[in-house]
Amino acid sequence: MPVALYRIDDRLIHGQVVVGWGQPLGLQFIVLVDDEVAVSEWEQELYRMGVPPEMAVYFHSVAEAASVLATYQQDPRPGLLLVGDIGTMDRLVAAADGKIRRVNVGGVHHSPGRTARLRYVFLTLAEEEGLRAIARRGVDVSAQDVPGARAVPLDELLVSTPTD
Amino acid sequence: MSGDGVRGIVAGHGTFAVGIISAVEQITGRGAMLLPVSNSGLCLDDIQETLARAVDTSGARIVFTDLPAGSCTMAVRRMIRARPGMALVTGINLSLLLDFVMQDDADPIAAVQTALDRGRASMAIHGA
Repeated sequence: MPVALYRIDDRLIHGQVVVGWGQPLGLQFIVLVDDEVAVSEWEQELYRMGVPPEMAVYFHSVAEAASVLATYQQDPRPGLLLVGDIGTMDRLVAAADGKIRRVNVGGVHHSPGRTARLRYVFLTLAEEEGLRAIARRGVDVSAQDVPGARAVPLDELLVSTPTD
Repeated sequence: MSGDGVRGIVAGHGTFAVGIISAVEQITGRGAMLLPVSNSGLCLDDIQETLARAVDTSGARIVFTDLPAGSCTMAVRRMIRARPGMALVTGINLSLLLDFVMQDDADPIAAVQTALDRGRASMAIHGA
């Protein structure tokens, strides 16, 4: 089975990922792509302790992830790839050379300078452009926090407000 | 008892903390011993900042969270790394909190140990 979900979520591994997506998809592994976590044993242990024992977690920098992505895509187990921000996903998509065809915006929360687009997506102008850049690489970008929610296409996301 | 009487912080998803503390208040009248924190709408940095502020202002040494994999749990585990003497309890239930607040004359760390046993023992299946 190919990697089931390529997700941008600034909380990285948390309840929505492990339970909300993990159980319906039957996830057996998570690939966490983050240049800082990839070199921190303590951070890696923190995230490993957040998942059930039957779920494996692998940590990679963007460069490493791009080079081993095909291996994960050929893994028979259901898996999820996770990054913490749009810039990281943009770099990964570029380095993966067409191997990523769909990206899920799962959680980009409020911080100064960001505009609310959905209840769980707040974007700066640069981040909006980052998502457009990902889409220009032929990637289907949509926002969806949990499996039961409607996937909001990128064009709609970028003109949305939380009251829509 | 610490600070303004808060002995523990309850952190979780949505209105979990407010809801379970309201149940503690209804049953014991001691809901004010617990301070609620929600992760709703917050990124990980903001969750950590909110929790740190709650700990600093209340003086509480115990943080209770709803889910072992939740973002509040992750944030607290980072926080207690730099704060010796603090404790995190994950996967809590109402029985655990009730036992904790009723031990108001005990050290909070000691109280939470026995409360944990009470919380675990309260889960059961009947019938079927």
